[in-house]
Amino acid sequence: MTKQIVVPFGPQHPVLPEPIHLDLVLEDERVVDVIPSIGYIHRGFEKLVEKREFTEYTYVAERTCGICSFIHGMTYCVGIEQIMKIDVPERAQYLRTIWSEYSRLHSHLLWLGLFADSFGFENLFMNAWRIRERVLDVFEQTTGGRVIQGSCKIGGVRRDITNEKLDEMAKGLDVLDREMQELTNVFLHDATVKHRLRNVGIISRNDAYMTGAVGPTARGSGVAIDMRKLGYGAYGKLNFQMVTDSCGDCYSRCLVRSKELFASTDLIRQAIKKIPDGPVDVKVTGAPDGEYFTRAEQPRGELVHYIKGNGTKFLVRSRIRTPTLTNIPPLIKMLQGCELADVPVIVLSIDPCISCTER
Amino acid sequence: MTIGLQTIKPIEVSRLIGEVETLKNAGYRLAAISCVKVGEVFEINYSFDKEYELENLRITVTGDTEVPSITGMYWGAFVYENEMHDLFGIQVRGMNIDFKGTFIRTAIKYPFSVTTAKGEKP
Repeated sequence: MTKQIVVPFGPQHPVLPEPIHLDLVLEDERVVDVIPSIGYIHRGFEKLVEKREFTEYTYVAERTCGICSFIHGMTYCVGIEQIMKIDVPERAQYLRTIWSEYSRLHSHLLWLGLFADSFGFENLFMNAWRIRERVLDVFEQTTGGRVIQGSCKIGGVRRDITNEKLDEMAKGLDVLDREMQELTNVFLHDATVKHRLRNVGIISRNDAYMTGAVGPTARGSGVAIDMRKLGYGAYGKLNFQMVTDSCGDCYSRCLVRSKELFASTDLIRQAIKKIPDGPVDVKVTGAPDGEYFTRAEQPRGELVHYIKGNGTKFLVRSRIRTPTLTNIPPLIKMLQGCELADVPVIVLSIDPCISCTER
Repeated sequence: MTIGLQTIKPIEVSRLIGEVETLKNAGYRLAAISCVKVGEVFEINYSFDKEYELENLRITVTGDTEVPSITGMYWGAFVYENEMHDLFGIQVRGMNIDFKGTFIRTAIKYPFSVTTAKGEKP
């Protein structure tokens, strides 16, 4: 029998911007088992509902993540609005959708850069992040914040975008599309990149589904789930094709995210065309008394906010189930049987956000 | 407007495994396990999704109740069950990967088992 050794991977590692630890059980160079470990930076955000009023908690929820912060805030607001039966104005629903899709662009471009860095393509990394700056500029111009937007609130949004600015944003999307096309051509058609990603970190459709994979990790294995199909925000009024691939390897997950960039710009264009005039918020009175499971599609996959109120201004519970937490079991399945040298690329392929996970 | 169908079905702890098995056989995927401290008891919600419909099984337990693990049916449930143990102190029996309280490292043991909500009216 081959001797087994355990190699610790993380919590500090060049490909990991945030700490996660994996005990890799190896036979020679082959990974035979993996034991994950998180909890190095758990912040206890969920506990803060007991000390922050439900209206203030929007800004706490937003700080769960530094990349998809807007979607966290929005998902929390949708939960409260469902409990309190608040009808959010249509213009606000469209604005939420536009900012959500810009968040997805921001996140996927950031990930493409980090992914390129994980397989040693530094120039590609810099190009991806250069393009991402355009998205951050739009956030800054429309909300005042590049990372934390603070523009979502219970009952609508705190800021409107003028129709002139929306037209300008639509023109900017053409430039963005052109640059992203050049970038994704390298990821999807360069022989070296393809060779590095094809048949690496495979997870079957059934394993992905049963272990709880969500987002591009699931869709890369042919599991067609995307919470935008629930129709929250303005998604119910827009057309979009879910991007899936069936191979279930690192290349498939990269392909799904690459194509989703263009799906996002298309959604923003549609939203800009259809956005109606009108108010962007409604007055909220009272306090939530009830419970709701809100689900939204973050760039990394399905996000669940479970909210329970008891009619007071402090909630009983806010439970945030982030996509990375549920993508950890599929990651273990991907790593079992791989070569040690492939571990960093496979770990990055699920787009881990430990900051979200350690909410 | 309700976004997607969602139901909550309260069940006894003894029926948990049977109910989860039924959902698994019907093709549901595990979406989340959420624990809530309500007064002196804990509500545990097992959320399952199929075609965008959310089916929640709810058990209500006291702090000293041992809850059976569902990792035999949903292999990936260990992340939720370990989290539930580390934050709320819920004892889970038969997990496939049991971190024995080290999955989430906290300065205070079982920090979510005590509620300090102010409960003021708006």
